[in-house]
Amino acid sequence: MSVALATDCPVCAGAVDTPDDAMLGELLDCDECGSELEVTQITPGIELKEAPMCAEDWGE
Amino acid sequence: MTVGMVCTGVRAEEKMLTAAFSGRGIELHVVDDRTIHGDLGSWPETLPRVDAVLLRSKSHWRNVVMAHWLESLGGRTINESRVIEKCGDKVLTTLALLKEGVPTLSASVAFASQGGEMAAEALGYPLVVKPVIGSWGRLIGKVNDRDALDLALDHKEALGGAPHSVTYLQRFVETGGRDVRSFVVGGRCIAAIARTSEGWKTNTALGAEATGLELDSELIGVSEAAAQAVGGGMVAVDLFETDDGYLVNEVNATMEFRNSVDRTGVDIPGFIADYVLGRAEAAASERPVA
Repeated sequence: MSVALATDCPVCAGAVDTPDDAMLGELLDCDECGSELEVTQITPGIELKEAPMCAEDWGE
Repeated sequence: MTVGMVCTGVRAEEKMLTAAFSGRGIELHVVDDRTIHGDLGSWPETLPRVDAVLLRSKSHWRNVVMAHWLESLGGRTINESRVIEKCGDKVLTTLALLKEGVPTLSASVAFASQGGEMAAEALGYPLVVKPVIGSWGRLIGKVNDRDALDLALDHKEALGGAPHSVTYLQRFVETGGRDVRSFVVGGRCIAAIARTSEGWKTNTALGAEATGLELDSELIGVSEAAAQAVGGGMVAVDLFETDDGYLVNEVNATMEFRNSVDRTGVDIPGFIADYVLGRAEAAASERPVA
């Protein structure tokens, strides 16, 4: 996975490395604050939002 | 041949699966479950009418609903509803394992605090209280004595709701913070890891370390029997190593494997893709010619 660019974390405003093959809905972690983030837009530029909180029936 | 995948966001596993299908010349139609809606008598509006659908929602209930919905319309789902239901509910998992004679841990259920106390006395301390539905080690408590049991039962009563109306109690097995996870795809055990943790919980979601584990005939046999007991498909089997052999702890229908591919050297998403494509091909061949 090559890193294309850094996008601001919507939680802490830190830099989040995003892969150049990012997919809509892809989940990423912010290395600075640990938040789980979701890719909500690919073009014209990548946008991130905080991923939904874990629900009671989530899992494997 | 066409394949869909319903998921909640795209985790490392879904991305690896997308690449595996792409490498086989198949475009995977990835649909976020938050967009799913529609009349139950019709195919979901945002999901293309594909030959097979890989169900990988994070939510157990969404997987159950999707599987039943699509199957009622003749759709081919992986996993099937019967597998998802049995694996997602620890009571149903235990019952399925017991029915087929697969070695597993002693477990009890109770419906109220008084019953919980009696079940615990019968099982003996320490024991483990688990939510009937849940994963990643959440809300699982090791209960060392009666005082701790009272607290666990009080918490379940305070949390309330359907998920806590049944208490699942399981015998505690001292493993030194280690368990085994095996991966079974299409009836065949393809890989296994050992998970080690400083605590008694060995979920990698909680930071346990995974190392590749060589398959032996006993591990293969118990793993494949566990998978068969819950209805086949593809599952991850959690086991404890004991002096009496392997004991199955849980069976997971929406397996996570991001940490296991490198550690085992086994192309787990590739095996999954091949299995799903086999199911899709069978579905396509059974489709009436227009």
